[in-house]
Amino acid sequence: MAGSIPASAIASVVATAALPRRSVSPWAEAWRRFRRHRLAVIGLVVLCIMVLMVAFGPMLWKLSINDIDFSARLNTPSWAHPFGTDDLGQDIFARMLYGGRISLAVGVAAMLMAMLVGVTIGAIAGISRGAVDAALMWLTDLFLSLPQLPLLLILIYLFRDSLKQAFGPEVGVFILIVLVIGGFRWMPVARLVRAQFFSLREKEFVEAARALGASVPRQVYRHILPNSLGPVIVAGTIDVAAAIIAESTLSFLGLGFPPDIPTWGRILFDSKEYLDIAPHWAMFPGTAIFLAVLCINFVGDGLRDALDPRRVL
Amino acid sequence: MGNYLLRRLLIALPSLLGISVVLFTVLALAPGDPFSEMVQNPNVPPEVAANLRKQFGLDDPVWQRYFRWLFAMLQGDWGFSFISRIDVDKLILGRVPVTLAVIGASQILALLIALPVGVISAARPYSWFDRIASTFALIGFSLPTFFTGLLLILVFSIKLDWLPFVFRADISATGWEWWRQNILQAIMPVTVLGLLQGASWTRYVRSAVLDVIRLDYVTTARSKGLKERAVILKHVVRNALIPVVTLVALTMPLVFGGAIITEQIFRIPGIGSLLIDAILRNDTPVIMAVTFVFACLVILFNLIADLLYGWLDPRISYR
Amino acid sequence: MQENDLRGMLEEVRACRLARRTFIERMAGLGVGVAMTSAMLAGAGLARAQPAAPYKPTRRGGGGALKLLFWQGPTLLNPHFATGAKDLDGAHLFYESLGRYDADANLVPVLAAEIPSRDNGGIAADGRSTTWKLKKGVKWHDGRPFTADDVIFNWTYATDPATAAVSLANYEGIKAVTKIDAETVRFEFSKPTPIWARTATVQLIPKHLFEAFAGARSRDAPANLKPVGTGPYRFVDFKPGDLVRGEINTSYHAPNRPHFDSVELKGGGDATSAARAVLQTGEYDFGWNLQVEDEVLKRMEASGKGRAVAYASGNVEIIQLNMADPASEADGERPNPKSRHPILSDRAVRDALALLLDRKSVQEFIYGRAGVVTPNFLNNPARFNSPNIKDEFSVDKANAALDAGGWKRGADGVREKDGRKLKLLFQTSINSVRQKVQGIYKQSCAKAGIELELKGVTAAVFFSSDVANPDTYGRFLADLQMYAVAGRLPDPDSFMQWLVSWQASSKANKWLGLNRGRWASDEYDAAYRASEFELDPVKRAALMIRMNDLVCNDHAVIPIVYRPTVHGLARNLVAPVSGWDDSLNGIADWYRESA
Repeated sequence: MAGSIPASAIASVVATAALPRRSVSPWAEAWRRFRRHRLAVIGLVVLCIMVLMVAFGPMLWKLSINDIDFSARLNTPSWAHPFGTDDLGQDIFARMLYGGRISLAVGVAAMLMAMLVGVTIGAIAGISRGAVDAALMWLTDLFLSLPQLPLLLILIYLFRDSLKQAFGPEVGVFILIVLVIGGFRWMPVARLVRAQFFSLREKEFVEAARALGASVPRQVYRHILPNSLGPVIVAGTIDVAAAIIAESTLSFLGLGFPPDIPTWGRILFDSKEYLDIAPHWAMFPGTAIFLAVLCINFVGDGLRDALDPRRVL
Repeated sequence: MGNYLLRRLLIALPSLLGISVVLFTVLALAPGDPFSEMVQNPNVPPEVAANLRKQFGLDDPVWQRYFRWLFAMLQGDWGFSFISRIDVDKLILGRVPVTLAVIGASQILALLIALPVGVISAARPYSWFDRIASTFALIGFSLPTFFTGLLLILVFSIKLDWLPFVFRADISATGWEWWRQNILQAIMPVTVLGLLQGASWTRYVRSAVLDVIRLDYVTTARSKGLKERAVILKHVVRNALIPVVTLVALTMPLVFGGAIITEQIFRIPGIGSLLIDAILRNDTPVIMAVTFVFACLVILFNLIADLLYGWLDPRISYR
Repeated sequence: MQENDLRGMLEEVRACRLARRTFIERMAGLGVGVAMTSAMLAGAGLARAQPAAPYKPTRRGGGGALKLLFWQGPTLLNPHFATGAKDLDGAHLFYESLGRYDADANLVPVLAAEIPSRDNGGIAADGRSTTWKLKKGVKWHDGRPFTADDVIFNWTYATDPATAAVSLANYEGIKAVTKIDAETVRFEFSKPTPIWARTATVQLIPKHLFEAFAGARSRDAPANLKPVGTGPYRFVDFKPGDLVRGEINTSYHAPNRPHFDSVELKGGGDATSAARAVLQTGEYDFGWNLQVEDEVLKRMEASGKGRAVAYASGNVEIIQLNMADPASEADGERPNPKSRHPILSDRAVRDALALLLDRKSVQEFIYGRAGVVTPNFLNNPARFNSPNIKDEFSVDKANAALDAGGWKRGADGVREKDGRKLKLLFQTSINSVRQKVQGIYKQSCAKAGIELELKGVTAAVFFSSDVANPDTYGRFLADLQMYAVAGRLPDPDSFMQWLVSWQASSKANKWLGLNRGRWASDEYDAAYRASEFELDPVKRAALMIRMNDLVCNDHAVIPIVYRPTVHGLARNLVAPVSGWDDSLNGIADWYRESA
């Protein structure tokens, strides 16, 4: 690469003699590169703002989420109601702040769980061969063929009460939903990672590392895994959106959060019949979900560029 | 390669059996009794319900029911639906043509969108084309199908009155008129599904091509003086296709039972709506048959994907 | 409401001071079912033989295609196994019954030549039998004649325990069905029976196609999937769960009918898109039971392609209180039907809950045309009102009642007493209208210090009779539940008739007992026993209204609105749907007005 080849041998000697030696850890290096990726930083900032808003907003914004007011139904945004009201007169802004906690938390948690499980299984399957690979792929195929709805019904009937008792009603349902949604999304990630591993492990730099005596875990961790993160990051962004929407599908079937909890997917669902009368109602949750996905996408792009060993920024 | 194929096929059979055991057990554990629907009438004496259960063998232990099902399946008897009183295979086969036509077409549409758009986006990263395409892709998978479906219905069916939105599987016209009506009513569901699928596939294609386009051999090919088009098509795409092939193989089986919400919105009598109806009514033979076919498709397509890896990237060896 | 009051009302109907329909609706609001009301009117000589609206078309056919949209497609076409409106209505395209109820709750003859009555000797003086004369010249679709043998066969078919027919309930109490001649049948009851018309609305299947498949073989009959009936349309095609198609029956037994050349019944999707298909795009002519917010419907009607019509029917939306303790368990039976609910057995709480329901807002903003605040509480002359039932919505009174009952507000605003917080679980089926009512109720209750946790269960599960499922309305493992009580099924006599203590839903009856709230009252049980033998329909109705009052006074059941069924009709479709019978029973009389 042009940047890594000094202009002349003298320049490098002078350069290295003049500057003190500074060892920079790979993570700090990655963070530095990430910072130079403008869109990623903007994405991160916006995401943090959203998180802060939903975390502290409900304490600061005084209107309640279920104050029914029939005289103010389907109002367009105004000072009193920045996002307008829905068809029962409830304030949409307050509902979005409250529901955002759940939507963002579910989206990110389910995505992380799916990533973690998927990458682990995919990596192990990808680096080993024969029996381990076959067994893990059988497991993956099994999960892929399981009919999600009956399984959901069983899991929820079996575990709803015990989780509620152990963790309290809200946290219990939350854990159940994250497990259920994340538990059904790790398979594509595993297969993608495995496919990447197949093609990467034959490459020369891996062979070189092997020749240098790197153990298998080290090969995986330092050499192969960082290069295979491309599809994983894409999957991550898609999974956040899918998780937020899956939660609303679950509540549509009565299996998720109670119907009066205004998660973003739920607000979108409630508003769909009023699209021609009151488009503002649907616009805000839709935009919020889109914004969250956009930010995570930029952060993902930045991460990929930051961790890519081939780039020199 | 031939050895590998043989080995994989041999493994496929027992793995399919293993999956069927787990599926069957899951369904047996699920809460719900198909006959409680039929015997809603409290005047029907309990002996009758008990007789029916014995007739359909619902009281036997799970492993016995499993083997009975397995032997019946091997002989081509897919069972008898409790709720609809017809043979399961007739029920499923009746819905296959519509499902293949609509859901299959949407997958093809998704592929036709994703490949060109993704490749061009990656060839010119961060250009206007890339930014616009990425934004549309992100919008595409941030919005649930019930929303986009409804939006399309509002615009094309209600405001503009161009397209019908209730799907009819039994159009009685013939010849060109039959084709015209079928295509008109299929446009919206195919678009909804195709856009959703295409949105996420575009991102994957773009990411995969980006990974490859920076490699040395591409620079070599360019510096050899090859036209950009040839570089992309001959060198980049083929190597970038591995994640794409994985994904397509993963989503192909979803044609058979995955597009539940779209089928509901447009009232398409496909296998997805059959499955969810059967699940809500505990019609176990139908659920078992559909999920079994689904499992076969999953295994088949993943096997095809694994074989394609070798063809796409000759360095991948099969040992 | 005394018997004399009822007789007075009947006199007013006779003198045309009170509209017949208003009488029927009032009776429904008081909890009296249509069969009873019809019997009262008939007993007073007020049965009307002619249908209210004339049938205009002067020839058979020519109306084109009739397209119907239902929530679900029928899954089978044998009316004896029909488990829901979709199957019953699907069967109505091809099959018919002896008689049906029109919109005025008149029993009009279809396959019968006339409706039995005291005057024509059809009803025996001792109440032990009714004789039906069958219409002459009726043929099955395959050309064979319809005779008394078919009627008798339907009885043996349905009552055979091996068939496990769902229509069995309609033949309850019938000792024998005998053939007088080829066109006359007599039904004999084991006890003198005031309500003899239950069998009138059973759809009849042909003996010659089903007799080989009676009993245990009933599921194998090919005619199950290829129906041959006497109805206005012949069978063409059936895709289970999706659609049914029929074509005109050119030898139908009523003149100039049917008007349409073909009919198609499709199912699937949700209510709102069905409304759009009928009201906005005109793709379908009839949308069944559009449970959509009235305001959305009004928007759709603005396009002028169709209209939403509310048909009076006997459905009442209620909130039912669980009188047993859902957390109790005895002998592995959860809940124990004999236990009593720790919070809801407190009268003060029940009174408060009844006072916290803002019926007016619910009706005005949510149900619109599809909900009428029950006439039990509104517009009735004072003497018809029971003393304790009021349509009152008063948060202050509720707070006062709770304070008087010893429930003190805790730090978080929720009341408590004896260490128990006033927190209740409120469940209903998933349906945007119902969810909104839940939201409104929760808010009013919060103002009185009652905390409601809301739960929605998918409708197919909530209304199922699944023994193992904890979320059904029969199992009722919550504290409050909301659903609509149908005016016709299972027993057409009275809505509240099923609240006797021996019908308490328990493990023994597989949670199918009709008394889901497990309420028990000796006075009620005694009144029920008395009503079983009362032959005079007016006296019986009076007893039933008293039973109704007992339940409502005790606030074991809180009626919300009385729900006419709203169907969507294309602009020039004339569809005399009766809310007192299956929607399509009478499809022969539908026609399209030209321009």
